[in-house]
Amino acid sequence: MMYRAKIEISLKQGHSDPEGETTAESLKELGYPIETTKVSKVYEITLSARSAKEANRLVDEMCRRLLANPTKDNYSFTIEEMQ
Amino acid sequence: MKKEEISVCILRVGGTNCDAETKRAFDDLGVKAKIVHLNVIIKKGNLLNYSAIVIPGGFSYGDYVRAGAIWAKEVSVKLGSELQKFAEAGRPILGICNGFQVLVEAGLLPGFEGISKYPEAALATNVPIGYYCGWVYVKHENRGKCIFTQKIPKGKALRIPVAHAEGRFIFSKENENAYLKRLCDNDQLVFRYCDENSEPANGEYPVNPNGASYDIAGICNPSGTIFGLMPHPERAHYGWQLPDWTKRERMPKYGDGRLIFESMVECIKEK
Repeated sequence: MMYRAKIEISLKQGHSDPEGETTAESLKELGYPIETTKVSKVYEITLSARSAKEANRLVDEMCRRLLANPTKDNYSFTIEEMQ
Repeated sequence: MKKEEISVCILRVGGTNCDAETKRAFDDLGVKAKIVHLNVIIKKGNLLNYSAIVIPGGFSYGDYVRAGAIWAKEVSVKLGSELQKFAEAGRPILGICNGFQVLVEAGLLPGFEGISKYPEAALATNVPIGYYCGWVYVKHENRGKCIFTQKIPKGKALRIPVAHAEGRFIFSKENENAYLKRLCDNDQLVFRYCDENSEPANGEYPVNPNGASYDIAGICNPSGTIFGLMPHPERAHYGWQLPDWTKRERMPKYGDGRLIFESMVECIKEK
């Protein structure tokens, strides 16, 4: 089975987000009523797995082993079966 | 070990760009250093033939995912057991800038309990944001454990340049105080950003150029044989590399960076 995973890597609460802060300033200068801006990274991955459960396990492992650094990153993902 | 028997492996992959300058530093000290692509080491399986490893600066794999992350995982997967043997034998491993990022991402630094499965720290995006390239001062804080700074008096401020966008050393919020204490108690703290009089930066930009926690610029592992730092000692090896040498009455022969390579070579010789 082929699955499509959308993985989002975001900064943990309390960690500085200089990219988000700089972007917020620019959006304010453009006249938007911005309160906060947070930047995260999205990976879209297609993979083959025997089941949705296995796809979940593999994607979770990918996040822990490479895509997120647990010191500062949170990760979340959604998985859907591809037609 | 005699000086002529020392053999330093300067590792490189795509995006490494400080390998030649690093080699020149060892050449100057009369030590044999070879620039070797990671794939060659993997193919030959001869990492343990070298006396020391240097992971030099650059932008390995385009700094994708996080700076140093992809190279770190590649090393862990393809060279893990040899690297572990190398580290456990107490052979020196030096990571400069991108090399420091690799050592942290690979779990070799801080390495409180040996090589960790997941990173125990991070070199996050600079605060303020952006690539910072300039000369800074770093204060030598080590009490004697780090083999790479044996020739540097404690408290001395070294003038060395930095050039990075992801150099803000941090621990996780939940472990920050405990890990900082552990780093100091274990004598793993090596360099902190400071002003020219050795006064701590206290987070103030640009004395601290990236917002690093506790002004940390370089740390070693608990046994002092693995060392990573954001500044580039190979760019402060000779007097002519200093930014103001033309203004001085006499150009110094060497810069402060040389002390790190000298200390490393001396320690290998004594083994």
